Amino acid sequence: MSQQKLLLGDEAIALGALHAGLGGVYAYPGTPSTEITEFIQGNPLTRERGIHSRWCTNEKTAMEAALGMSYAGKRALVCMKHVGMNVCADAFVNSAITGTNGGIVVLAADDPSMHSSQNEQDSRFYGKFAMVPVFEPSNQQEAYDMMKVAFEYSEAIKEPVVMRLVTRLAHSRASVTIGEPNAQQQLPLSTGRQWVLLPGIAKKNYAVLIDKQPGMLKAAEDSTYNSLTLYPANKGKMGVIACGIGYNYVTEAQPKNVSGVLKVSQYPLPESQIRQLAANSDSLLVVEDGQPVVEQDIKAMLGTGYVVKGRLSGDLPRTGELNPDSVARSLGEETGACFDASKNVVGRPPALCPGCGHRDVYNALNKVAAEYPNARIFGDIGCYTLGALPPFQALASCVDMGASITMAKGAADAGAFPCIAIIGDSTFTHSGMTGLLDAINDHSNITVVISDNLTTAMTGGQDSAGTNKFEAICRGLGVEEEHLHVVVPLPKNMDEITRIIRDEINYDGVSVIIPRRECIQTLNRRMRKERALKEAAKK
Amino acid sequence: MKKDIILSGVGGQGILSIATVIGEAATIAGLHLKQAEVHGMSQRGGDVQSDLRLSTEPIASDLIARGQADLIISMEPMEALRYLPFLAADGAVITSSKPFINIPNYPEEAALQAELKALPKVVQSDIDQVAADLGAARSSNMVLLGMAAKFLEIVSPDTLREAIRHIFASKGDSVVESNIRAFNAGIELSE
Repeated sequence: MSQQKLLLGDEAIALGALHAGLGGVYAYPGTPSTEITEFIQGNPLTRERGIHSRWCTNEKTAMEAALGMSYAGKRALVCMKHVGMNVCADAFVNSAITGTNGGIVVLAADDPSMHSSQNEQDSRFYGKFAMVPVFEPSNQQEAYDMMKVAFEYSEAIKEPVVMRLVTRLAHSRASVTIGEPNAQQQLPLSTGRQWVLLPGIAKKNYAVLIDKQPGMLKAAEDSTYNSLTLYPANKGKMGVIACGIGYNYVTEAQPKNVSGVLKVSQYPLPESQIRQLAANSDSLLVVEDGQPVVEQDIKAMLGTGYVVKGRLSGDLPRTGELNPDSVARSLGEETGACFDASKNVVGRPPALCPGCGHRDVYNALNKVAAEYPNARIFGDIGCYTLGALPPFQALASCVDMGASITMAKGAADAGAFPCIAIIGDSTFTHSGMTGLLDAINDHSNITVVISDNLTTAMTGGQDSAGTNKFEAICRGLGVEEEHLHVVVPLPKNMDEITRIIRDEINYDGVSVIIPRRECIQTLNRRMRKERALKEAAKK
Repeated sequence: MKKDIILSGVGGQGILSIATVIGEAATIAGLHLKQAEVHGMSQRGGDVQSDLRLSTEPIASDLIARGQADLIISMEPMEALRYLPFLAADGAVITSSKPFINIPNYPEEAALQAELKALPKVVQSDIDQVAADLGAARSSNMVLLGMAAKFLEIVSPDTLREAIRHIFASKGDSVVESNIRAFNAGIELSE
């Protein structure tokens, strides 16, 4: 029996995966993908079936564990934000060479416009790079439906498949018709040798992957998610290729002067439909959210004589997410404001919460750093990146997960002093530990601050892999006991904290200071829950 | 019939609860709905916004085009003005009149008021005060929803009340009743 449910794109993906007979989700939190794993964690089916859903330390460990689950015959979902694909790229690209047993769907949630990210990279490139199929749902219903199709397809071709979302679908809600859950998939444990990527085996596997390409193309051309609609009355005018949610903006604009619309939601590109549309048109407009992946491919496919418009030609903006206005304009259908933008409105940037421990950490760091003319504080990814903004303006850098420690090390190697790194607890276990080991082995002159709020705060308070383990991890990596400190970041402890920071800056070697205080958001949530429980007990 | 609504405010003010209630009402009324939310970084005291689209017909775009919003419902006056380019010519602005000042360069209140008053359809009120006077201090967002009710048209006030009862049911009868009282007070304010 089917039923209607109001779901975020992320939730539709999660429920689709559960209903496809999922064995486990492996993920590290990252906007806009976090809600997928959270939904699976909270679903009754997860407990009933013993579906794996605990957060992983990073995207690479997630991808590898998913590959292991696939080896053992179950279906695995790997979820991450787009930049997570860089972290798991080694495992991901090689998973196309080993092939799969149980189905694997690698979900990458891209963030065009960088609402909460450092770049606009487009995960469809990764699909092409690894030579595996990519699905790109245009709406919440497709997001739900495609999960089952994607897992079945992965098992049919014995390759991982990529599911690509963008922020506007991940975080938009709509009604979805849902069906009954399938039984949990269980294929036999793999016995093949293809998993051992010694050169001799990898070469054979790579040839197999290349042999699968025509089949992937045929599947995309036959896919119900790729559909061509021609408007014979407009033959010879511009044709439109609309990818993923780009299709919604094209539909919204109701273009009256186009020769046809090809909706693309499954890759590799359906070449026969593209050629058919091109033959009926004088030019093609490519409407795709993210980078001009398809525009480039179509230019190559049709040759230099054929006019292809899109983000490269300037018909659509080169950067930022698509919106109904930019797409309407590219189709010659004007939309327009009726009221001018207000002259009084000013920006309201996000800030660290009042009472947040990171605030006390920055107050202390800034106080000590002011004593050195060339002090540099290298930052990292998390709430505490907001320390770059007023009133703190403390950070010299924020690049990628873990780069605070290694950039501080490199700068110290070059003679800069003092070099301070600030990194959050979850980011440290994600990608900071290996950099710290480098620094210790090199006896680098750096001071590392692990600002521990006992959670992965920026994405909403998910469990942090290293909680209660940080001192042990640091000792294990070789931090000397007398240069490892734990402090409580509160205004009343400011003298103690600044003294320790000053002493450790002056120590020529690696020191680690761990200011530890629970995130104010998770603390409030926990207290509300406890109050509610107490009141319930009274009744 | 369609209604395109922009909800706005400052992270933590509760615009998503308004969206949830309207969404539930739309579901009860059997309408099509799309609602794009903002999660992540921008929730830390920054500006937040949600596009909510209701229609008797299927909806394509998750986002509202410029000049198309029938309503801007805002928990904060400057945040209401931020989305003016999206407001339709005959669109209405329903907003709290009370500034939320967490930035050093917040504009002069008089300038914001002059701009708001120059718009063709505006309903504003100090919703925090109204809610506090009712003894329902945590329900100011439902006062705002009440103020917007007569402009929503596509869902009736009764359906919105039913939705409030569904959404807050798990929090107990007294919470449901405070929210209903706040909603009713909002309706009176826009009469």
